[in-house]
Amino acid sequence: MSALSALLEEARHRDGAPEHGQDQGHDDRREELPRGASDPVVVYFSSVSGNTHRFVEKLWARKVRLPLRTREEPPVMEEPYVLAVPTYGRPEGSGAVPPQVIKFLNVETNRKLLRGVLGAGNTNFGDKFCLAADKIAAKCEVPVLYKFELMGTGTDVTTVNEGLMNLWQ
Amino acid sequence: MMSEKVELLHHHVEAINWNRIQDPKDDEVWDRLTANFWLPEKVPLSNDVQSWNTLTDEEKDLTMKVFTGLTLLDTIQGTVGAVSLIPDAVTLHEEAVYTNIAFMESVHAKSYSSIFSTLASTKMIDEAFRWSRENEFLQRKADIVMDRYVGDDPLKKKVASTLLESFLFYSGFYLPMHFSSQAKLTNTADIIRLIIRDEAVHGYYIGYKYQRALEKESPEHQAELKDFTYDLLDELYENEIAYTESLYDGVGWTEEVKKFLHYNANKALNNLGYEALFPKEMTDVSPAILSALSPNADENHDFFSGSGSSYVIGKAVNTDDEDWDF
Repeated sequence: MSALSALLEEARHRDGAPEHGQDQGHDDRREELPRGASDPVVVYFSSVSGNTHRFVEKLWARKVRLPLRTREEPPVMEEPYVLAVPTYGRPEGSGAVPPQVIKFLNVETNRKLLRGVLGAGNTNFGDKFCLAADKIAAKCEVPVLYKFELMGTGTDVTTVNEGLMNLWQ
Repeated sequence: MMSEKVELLHHHVEAINWNRIQDPKDDEVWDRLTANFWLPEKVPLSNDVQSWNTLTDEEKDLTMKVFTGLTLLDTIQGTVGAVSLIPDAVTLHEEAVYTNIAFMESVHAKSYSSIFSTLASTKMIDEAFRWSRENEFLQRKADIVMDRYVGDDPLKKKVASTLLESFLFYSGFYLPMHFSSQAKLTNTADIIRLIIRDEAVHGYYIGYKYQRALEKESPEHQAELKDFTYDLLDELYENEIAYTESLYDGVGWTEEVKKFLHYNANKALNNLGYEALFPKEMTDVSPAILSALSPNADENHDFFSGSGSSYVIGKAVNTDDEDWDF
């Protein structure tokens, strides 16, 4: 039996009645926010492919998804938040930040309340990996808090959850 | 074999109208793929000749084998895999994207021949291609995916295609990244990085189309397809491990390559909408390899585990659309 066979057996067992995209890599992922902790706020953009959405939904946080359509009005934030953003764009690096995110950050209040950026990407894109997160961080003078790939792994979720808790304490 | 490779379209074809888009992802991916277009002739491969001559005979032999193995996968994907997805496409734009993918796979396949003709003798090249025809693990890998490409379940074809694009290439891609991390064959590595970038878009798009189609299936068929995905990955994985050992045991890099396989298997699953399965301790690819893949991946991007409290609140600057010149 290969190393993978054992992991697949575990996953099949975990799935029980499988529901697409809902399987849990780790049992702790869907825990509710512990009582008494202040709620981190995560604003995010995710295209219809939904990778960033799948990552963010596992976070212990209140979540605000930016509208898919650019012509819709962006939300105006009233408290500090972190922004999770995937990278799009072309080889020369233009168009990395989704236009919906640009529209959201063009609201001055939203820039003021931004505490940091979570970058979603794929290392296959070489030096453009998580470029949108880097650009926003530089432009808004906030740190890139973490970078993850595609839907993120269980380790990514745990690290970001712990990091956000500390940030909001 | 050629005539029965792929059942071609026999439905009524309409004129494609790019001004009426049903799925914006088609348009977005078409733009991305065409903007990424490249040809191997633009990369100064001859600058690698000196570096090639510093490799040991064993390393040269390994390189030839790895690259003919990659050539076979690109050939399959160019002339069978991507083409086999066309009859099941939901939109005309999706069909057009597959033609782009098919053509780029043929460019990839040809680029290995450019590398060969620059670095190796005709005798070495012919021997390597003979090896690719005779190597049992490589042939088995090809057989496993080809079986699925001629099957009649459109979703299973997409699973097989995504696993090829996002998993099967990586036992091969490891080698040029390894050399690149040692400043060897750097122009060859530039070509491979272009291929790696393309394969990411291919895997993402085919996996996305799989997920869209899966949503419309019954829960029973969804569960069956997830099982199918796991079984196929397991079958391919076992063969990849044997292939990897047969190639890399001699130079002693097998364990590192396995980590790279695990790391990419997780990403292949993600492209299909499934959770990563390999835990962190099995995917910890060396920073040198990650950095050869993406210079941004190696820098410390985990602010949380650093000193922690030194973040600054964003300073608002007057910003309008023009300022956001990304």
